[in-house]
Amino acid sequence: MSNAGSTTANHLAREARPHGQPLWLLAELTYKCPLQCPYCSNPLDFAGAGAELSTEEWIDVFRQARAMGAAQLGFSGGEPLVRRDLETLIAEARQLGFYTNLITSGIGLTGERIAAFREAGLDHIQVSFQAADEEVNNLLAGSKKAFEQKLKIAREVKAQGYPMVLNFVTHKHNIDRIDRIIELCVELEADYVELATCQYYGWAYENREDLLPTRAQLERAERITNEYREKLQAEGNPVKLIFVTPDYYEERPKKCMNGWGEIFLTVTPDGTALPCHSARMLPLEFPNVKNSSIEQIWNESTGFNYFRGDHWMKEPCRSCSEKEQDHGGCRCQAYMMTGDMHAADPVCGKSPDHGLILEARQAAEAEYTESNITFRNERNSREFAKGARGQVEDSRVFARSGSPTD
Amino acid sequence: MSNQLNSAVNGSGQIPALERMFRFQWEPAQQAYVLLYPEGMVKLNQSAGEILSLVDGERSVVDICAALMERFPDAGDLSGDVLEFMEVAREQRWIHYR
Repeated sequence: MSNAGSTTANHLAREARPHGQPLWLLAELTYKCPLQCPYCSNPLDFAGAGAELSTEEWIDVFRQARAMGAAQLGFSGGEPLVRRDLETLIAEARQLGFYTNLITSGIGLTGERIAAFREAGLDHIQVSFQAADEEVNNLLAGSKKAFEQKLKIAREVKAQGYPMVLNFVTHKHNIDRIDRIIELCVELEADYVELATCQYYGWAYENREDLLPTRAQLERAERITNEYREKLQAEGNPVKLIFVTPDYYEERPKKCMNGWGEIFLTVTPDGTALPCHSARMLPLEFPNVKNSSIEQIWNESTGFNYFRGDHWMKEPCRSCSEKEQDHGGCRCQAYMMTGDMHAADPVCGKSPDHGLILEARQAAEAEYTESNITFRNERNSREFAKGARGQVEDSRVFARSGSPTD
Repeated sequence: MSNQLNSAVNGSGQIPALERMFRFQWEPAQQAYVLLYPEGMVKLNQSAGEILSLVDGERSVVDICAALMERFPDAGDLSGDVLEFMEVAREQRWIHYR
């Protein structure tokens, strides 16, 4: 009886079968967003994506995914509040039996709409903050009123009885204030606090030099977080602090998404289905819910089957004794940094490209002089979609890895 | 049974209720009871699922034991298991006593 259930942090447990069920559905409802966070996980060229799915199309996706076992549904974006049919989508999802999560910046949210979501059956709201400090928050969000609005919304979310997760993406500019971040979360009565160091994909990869903290910054932040955990526990405060380290300071890569096509199904605003929200960058063909069923997408599509198992691996992964543990790491990271999506994730100390990670760590140590942040917005994204900036980016990647440009 | 319960652990007469953060439901695709919470899920084994299915904020621990023994008459005395599970569930903050 002591082994009543299994849970791994905030992740869903994996089933023991050839490949798992899509237990987690992430519905990226829109790429529209009032903020311009420079570490956004949306693709750089989101402005080139097709038309958004309609209300009916989304409901059909929910119904199919639920029948295949999906239990968690995240409404994300962009900023999902931009969708005026959000109340309808929540109500339908809740009725189907999903645990419904709204992942929002809080910008544009009102007490009335929070109440309407409650009535529709919304289970949980996650509010993202950029920093605990008004000035830094607003700078990074690219908005002058963001911080004040977020505080107001976080208080309202709790007042209306929701469980609340506060998410702080930490990086060079805010990680030294981690004590203030934690204190703010405690004051706001968060149930969970995600202190998640930037993951360097999409816009964050573009801005990596402006975001990656030094090892000393990171270690200090982790130590302070641990001190707060002890203190809060001693006070009987049930808040859970989840500290996510950036894999750039690891010697072994993370098992991306708990395995490719094992648990997670992301559906992007235009209906493209992905095994993880970054996978769109890979040179693979991914199916679309407009012309394939979720069952076909999950079980039969090339995109979802491509990195299942280990037949695709190259050395040093293929003969590695740890390949079951990390599955060669993140495919997107391998592709972004080495140009080969089959390569070992350079985070791994055994990867021949590990030097790229060491260089990034070294660059983080350099004295910070001038910010050259590329904000995530329509204008910049259109340039990426046209390919103009993409080419510049590509050549930089190849030059670093020492591979010939092609 | 009641003797053992009364002497064993505090709380047998208390009324457990699910924490508001969690939703308990049967998942047909997994053929299991689960606890859902923000962005996470605990898949429960059969006995844990059966016990939690009786936690409704009205039944006491004693009532839950009685209901389980009625449901599974061949299982013998389940009160030790129930109390042990309630302790785990409270530590995990899945339940609290009203």
